[in-house]
Amino acid sequence: MQKPNSEVSGVTNHEDADSRPKVRRIKWDRIAPYLFVSPFIISFLVFSLYPFISAVIMSFQQVNGFSDVKWIGLANYQQLFKDGDFYAALWNVVRYGFWTILILIPLPMLLAYIMNQKGIPFKGFFRSVYFVPVLTSSVIAGLIFKYAFSGEKSGVFNELLHVFGAGPLDWLNGSHTAMFALVVIAVWRWLGVNMIYFLSGLQGISPELYESASMDGANSFQKFWYVTIPMLKPITIYVLTISIMAGFSLFNESYVYWGAQSPNNVGTTLVTLIYKAAFSQGNFGYSCTLGVALFVIVVVVNAVQTKAMGLFKDEA
Amino acid sequence: MESIKTQNRLKTTLSVLLMVFLAILVMVPFYFMIVSSFKDVSVIFANGINVNIDFSKMNFDNYKSLWTNQNGIYWSWYKNSLVITVVETVLVLVFTSMVGYGLAQYDFKGRKFIFALVLVMMMVPPSILLLPLYKLVTQLGLMDSYAGVILPYVVPASSIFFFRQFCMGLSREFAESARIDGCGEFRIFWQIYVPLMKPAFGAMTILTTMNAWNDFLWPLVVMKSTENFVIPAGLMSAMTPYGNNYKLLFAGSVMSIVPILIVFVLNQKQFIEGLTVGGVKG
Repeated sequence: MQKPNSEVSGVTNHEDADSRPKVRRIKWDRIAPYLFVSPFIISFLVFSLYPFISAVIMSFQQVNGFSDVKWIGLANYQQLFKDGDFYAALWNVVRYGFWTILILIPLPMLLAYIMNQKGIPFKGFFRSVYFVPVLTSSVIAGLIFKYAFSGEKSGVFNELLHVFGAGPLDWLNGSHTAMFALVVIAVWRWLGVNMIYFLSGLQGISPELYESASMDGANSFQKFWYVTIPMLKPITIYVLTISIMAGFSLFNESYVYWGAQSPNNVGTTLVTLIYKAAFSQGNFGYSCTLGVALFVIVVVVNAVQTKAMGLFKDEA
Repeated sequence: MESIKTQNRLKTTLSVLLMVFLAILVMVPFYFMIVSSFKDVSVIFANGINVNIDFSKMNFDNYKSLWTNQNGIYWSWYKNSLVITVVETVLVLVFTSMVGYGLAQYDFKGRKFIFALVLVMMMVPPSILLLPLYKLVTQLGLMDSYAGVILPYVVPASSIFFFRQFCMGLSREFAESARIDGCGEFRIFWQIYVPLMKPAFGAMTILTTMNAWNDFLWPLVVMKSTENFVIPAGLMSAMTPYGNNYKLLFAGSVMSIVPILIVFVLNQKQFIEGLTVGGVKG
């Protein structure tokens, strides 16, 4: 008696078991991806979108403490366009971007090319050594370099100049030398990281390309110019993008060298201005205006860059 | 044949010489930092930091002062940095690996839009929201607290992007066959894909640890009381217009690099491999 019974119930159970989880499973399939991405959505809404909207609103206000708010229309934006500090900061960021890109793309690329040759000993060791600076906080790097760039005769860089019979210079008070002091930290910290990016790119280039180039009679330089550089283009674009963005977010090094106010704005950055307006001057509305301006600038730069890359793609 | 061999050897020698030269340049700032941390403050005060070493005037006084200066306030900065870094790193890894996995392994409505948002967020410097975030954190009553420092940055777009790129390279077949076996969606992620994502976790652990440990501007804004500072902000506060606390500055700087160096040395292979897998491709 039991056996057929259990068989019958077994069949129905089986059907049940088959259909019920199926319904549940389809539902889960639909919901699961949203659960997985929910941390981003929540964080985006609360910590990006909401503050962004409130920044845009505050940029049209005069805010003295968060409860004392007055609508002032476009006055903050009018102030922005007349603000000499803003143009100085923008110019500094552009110069900084220019120099870091000019140095931090070719130099690491060449270094990676050299390290990727056959028969180079201790590759792993050198790779790690070049990488260590980026582990150091930019604040601590800034502290050390600040002393090295001291205007005193005994400062490290002035001693170095003395060897060549030059100097001493008041490094952190002159426009060009101040930019040099900022760029030096960037080069020191990012050389190794960019080199690792290029090294990985090089390792992805098929040796056959070099072999066929050799068969066509190309020398080392021609191989580097016509094979290596074009093959590294995607990585170069990536490094270019992060370098440009690093310029726009520059703050720490400048703050360590000069605080919120550098002499004649030699080292003022856009983020310095945002910080200064908010926390030194208590001008919250204007700080938000600067933030919105920086956002617009970054969007425009990105659009231009994407367009330019698109054009290059058509050529290729 | 002989000449080609000599030529190659010359090339290798020149390359190595250049590499050694650059390695020395890269290490020079560390040399100054470490040497200065053992120098007597009077020597630094008189000569600034420089190349000279006078062993008779070197000692551990600066390091000892880390415990005595303002009742060892340096170590409460250290503790703050440690707690913030560990908590932030764990949360970032959990959340962004989930999001990256979700974006890579499922087809769902809105997926493209969300990924586009992630890309946009990667491009936007976080500092543009400095003031509104400050306002929000004040309203939430999180000023001067760990939560205020950590919460706004636990789901960074760059880390999502990294995990997403990595997961795009993983087959969906594992998940499909696990589903047929009746395995739940979260278990598929946790038991099958998380182990496969191990190299990505390695790279992101160091990168996030590094960023959190070295973060300066946001903790500077959130943390109001001196004993709640993180290390970089604390060391900055040792530099005042009335003279600098060199003891704290140099010994404190050296000590602050130690933990991150340990994490790097322990994971460097995984890190460098992971960095190049997810960071660049796609």
